[in-house]
Amino acid sequence: MVPLSYYLVLSGILFACGVAGFLIKRNIITIFMSIELMLNGVNLSFVAFAAHWHALAGQVFVFFVMVVAAAESAVGLAIIIAVYRTRETLNVDHVNLLKL
Amino acid sequence: MISIHLALFLIFGVVAVAGAVNLLAQRHPINAALSLIAVMAALAGEYMLLGAEFLAAVQVIVYAGAIMVLFVFVIMLLNAGVEERTEGSRVAIIFGIPGVLLGSILVAWVILRYSETEAVPAGALPGAPSTIGQLLFHEFLLPFEITSILILIAIMGAVVLASKPEPAAGGPSKKLATEQKVND
Repeated sequence: MVPLSYYLVLSGILFACGVAGFLIKRNIITIFMSIELMLNGVNLSFVAFAAHWHALAGQVFVFFVMVVAAAESAVGLAIIIAVYRTRETLNVDHVNLLKL
Repeated sequence: MISIHLALFLIFGVVAVAGAVNLLAQRHPINAALSLIAVMAALAGEYMLLGAEFLAAVQVIVYAGAIMVLFVFVIMLLNAGVEERTEGSRVAIIFGIPGVLLGSILVAWVILRYSETEAVPAGALPGAPSTIGQLLFHEFLLPFEITSILILIAIMGAVVLASKPEPAAGGPSKKLATEQKVND
């Protein structure tokens, strides 16, 4: 049996990679993918805790996180398309106005 | 002697971390998306190790399937990353294909090495679809219904945001007329 801490370390590494990608990437789509990576890291710790405490509610929470992530990516990518249509760029440094 | 559980955890964990680091290293969004798919597939393996078989399936179908298809679709729609160099694709060919082969061989070797362990029948793990469904439709019925409304709103929001700003019926002509009046 793998200790719980191993899963938490892996989850922390994935979350840290997501944070780093969010900070260093300049392409708006890649930044969005870094957010998905962070969500995945959190999901892993949810499932690990659910398995450790024999509480299946943790797995249901992961299911809800996936649903919210799906909704978030649909809306977010639509916003990216709208921004690209007006700015003709995907670089976040060139997108400094909230107004379309 | 490490157990098969730990060995598989390490293999999937290394794949996940390598994919996450590759996501940071790649400069082309398509390569980043593909490495994110690798991370998600490896995480599905981790979920399977933790007994969450339903979540492993959902991870592959919804995350690695639907959401990442949406990402790749938008990347190709916007022709993103065309101004950036695609050195990474050559690296992916040199290291990626042998890496995938090596990983598959490693997993197969570990499974064959510990072949005396008995296989788990489908539905015997704690996170079986039936138990998750029981929980989802009894204790978490209200959140489930609320998420369905959330999904509906997200669909409408995505359509509204991504659609071209069409001139409203009768709106622009009136506006033009007033502008002309002002100009006059």
